[in-house]
Amino acid sequence: MNATKQEMIDKLRKDLLGWEGFRPVAPEERQSFGLGPIENAFPNRVFPTGALHEFISTRPEFTAAIGGFIAGIMQTLLENGGVCVWVSYTRRIYPPALKRFGVDPDRIIFIDVTREKDVLWVTEEALKCQGIAAVICETRLLSFMESRRLQLAIEQSQVTGFILRKDVKVFNTTACTARWTVKPLRSKLRPGMPGVGHPRWQVDLLKVKNGQPGSWTLEWKNNAFVHQPLPQEQIQNPDIDRRYA
Amino acid sequence: MPKRFVSIWFKYLLTDREAIRLKSLRELPVAFTEPDHGRMLVMATNVHAEHCGVKAGMAAADARVLAPGIQLFETKPGRNIKLLKGLAEWCLRYTPLVMVDAPDGLLLDVTGCTHLKGGETEFLKDMVSRLRGLGYTIRPGMADTIGCAWAVARCAESGLIVPVGGQRNALMPLPPASLRLGLDLLIKLRELGFYQVGSFIHLPKSVLKRRFGGNMVLRLYQALGQEAEFLLPLKEPVPYSERVALLEPIRTREVIETTVHALIDTLCKRLYGEGLGLRSAVLTYCRIDGKSGQISIGTNHPSQRTDHIFKLFALQFDQVAPGLGIELFILDAPKTEPATDKQNLLWNGKPAADSEEVAELLDNVGARVGKDHIHRYLPLEHHWPERAAGNTADLTESPENDWPEDKIRPVQLLEPPEPIEAMALTPDYAPRQFVYRHERHIIVQADGPERISHEWWIEDGGYRDYYVAEDEEGMRYWLFGTPNDLPGQTRRWFIHGYFP
Repeated sequence: MNATKQEMIDKLRKDLLGWEGFRPVAPEERQSFGLGPIENAFPNRVFPTGALHEFISTRPEFTAAIGGFIAGIMQTLLENGGVCVWVSYTRRIYPPALKRFGVDPDRIIFIDVTREKDVLWVTEEALKCQGIAAVICETRLLSFMESRRLQLAIEQSQVTGFILRKDVKVFNTTACTARWTVKPLRSKLRPGMPGVGHPRWQVDLLKVKNGQPGSWTLEWKNNAFVHQPLPQEQIQNPDIDRRYA
Repeated sequence: MPKRFVSIWFKYLLTDREAIRLKSLRELPVAFTEPDHGRMLVMATNVHAEHCGVKAGMAAADARVLAPGIQLFETKPGRNIKLLKGLAEWCLRYTPLVMVDAPDGLLLDVTGCTHLKGGETEFLKDMVSRLRGLGYTIRPGMADTIGCAWAVARCAESGLIVPVGGQRNALMPLPPASLRLGLDLLIKLRELGFYQVGSFIHLPKSVLKRRFGGNMVLRLYQALGQEAEFLLPLKEPVPYSERVALLEPIRTREVIETTVHALIDTLCKRLYGEGLGLRSAVLTYCRIDGKSGQISIGTNHPSQRTDHIFKLFALQFDQVAPGLGIELFILDAPKTEPATDKQNLLWNGKPAADSEEVAELLDNVGARVGKDHIHRYLPLEHHWPERAAGNTADLTESPENDWPEDKIRPVQLLEPPEPIEAMALTPDYAPRQFVYRHERHIIVQADGPERISHEWWIEDGGYRDYYVAEDEEGMRYWLFGTPNDLPGQTRRWFIHGYFP
């Protein structure tokens, strides 16, 4: 009796995830983004592709860090071919730098619109197009309604969308699957070594649908993310399995 | 099928145009003058001036005496050609082959066009009534040859439509001037008593040639259709062109959309049948008030999909001003390319940058925000950071060389670099601290310098010493200093980017 109840609850949970736009991932098409424990924070323990990710930046330095982090994720998304579209109205991204994160800059199409309101229109059109691996949208404003439109477009096409919000003053509610911030941290070198080390970030998952928010420290080393465990982090990020137990 | 030509004679071209502009001139004698050997000569008149006896070639002073109150305007050379070109474009609604027939006429090749208006008589009637409605006094002529149509339009009293093969009979009663001959020849013919073409048309060719020269024979036989004569169209006819003429002028958006969709569909079916796709298309619309406008699109990929092309046009429908109504749509495809086989995409798995889907997306975006806002970068062999990536519009172009991986470059680049106040303890070392936008950053770790010189063969200038600097909070910056070893120059510092 108990077993059947458990099965029913499990099935309901799975259905709920499906209705909320999370596609169950078959084991063979499961992609690992090398994010380590961060992937465990998401439902089904997999980084959601075909979803909308929102990145909040309050300073240009953070925007650079987010750019690097997104490029690292894009490396995996672009593995199967395809192109990526980068939409912005005040773009400062320097294409050759993306090569360091494993992305060929010539596989990104940059669309630099002159009016801010066109950014979301172009983003929506791009998200509707199935031939695209990922869409990155740099914008300042994103209302709930606009994010919902983007989310609906994604549910049809299963394209991964990244919204990079610069100069955010008000944290409004959006329909995004996850809300992140990425801040640069002091790079670590062996004591006594001069110079600047590998890019090192504090990645905060502020909100995630059906998942567990948390904070992690990551480093980008040899074309891959390297997770740097910190003692207090393990307390903040309890094992996700406990919720289902 | 015999050719059919229409010649239109604008008898009072310049004065009619002036009267359209200024309605008050309609009832007044008007003449155009041009300077000639220090005096003003009349070169064009209107019908009222003509009644008073003013003729072309007369001195302006004489015209003033003959017609008191005559309005004289000075003309600019080439004005008639300009007007005729405009009228020729207007005439494109009747036939795609229109030629400007200087100084005062137009030639139209209407072969196979007249049935669209319900016959030759109705065709000419429609044309004449519309041109009269615009305010022009015209005389048309229709015949199998250009020469005969020209002659009939200018010299015939009646019978403006010469039946098929009836050139000889039509030319007989006309004066020799109808054969487009030079003034000296006309005077010679007149002196000999040839007042009609009929009086010398039966003479043998060799006799005519000996007496009057080869040009006259050529003109005569061209008018009769025994020598070839060609029409040089004003616009090269576009091979892929479709048009729809509407019985009733339309103005609402829905009807315009339906019409344009049907038009695109016709063109696409034709292109599909020939294995082509269009790369650019121009939609021209003619309004009933004589104005016209056009919208054009371009695609990144040869396309023959009606819905896609329609969507591109639909983005621009806001620019279409129907006014009182649109009566004609012309869709031209000036650039077509063989459409590639769709099957090879199936093998590739996920589509690449040049796939049809992506190309269509970029068409849509380009139509809305402008094509020059879409960039794709390819590596260039330059060290200077601003030149390291080249912009390309082509989606299929692949990089010739690899992207450099050995140099560390910032993800965010400031263009142009912004000056900072920096303090360095030792020369050739990274600064200890800097102030940027009123914020003080204390540098704890730094890499560098990486010296990048201006490429002297492109641009003059010094070098930059770049440092990767990390401040206390862990923010990483790309700073550079200008040369400090040149006499009379102190090192200035700039921030050029942010590292992740």
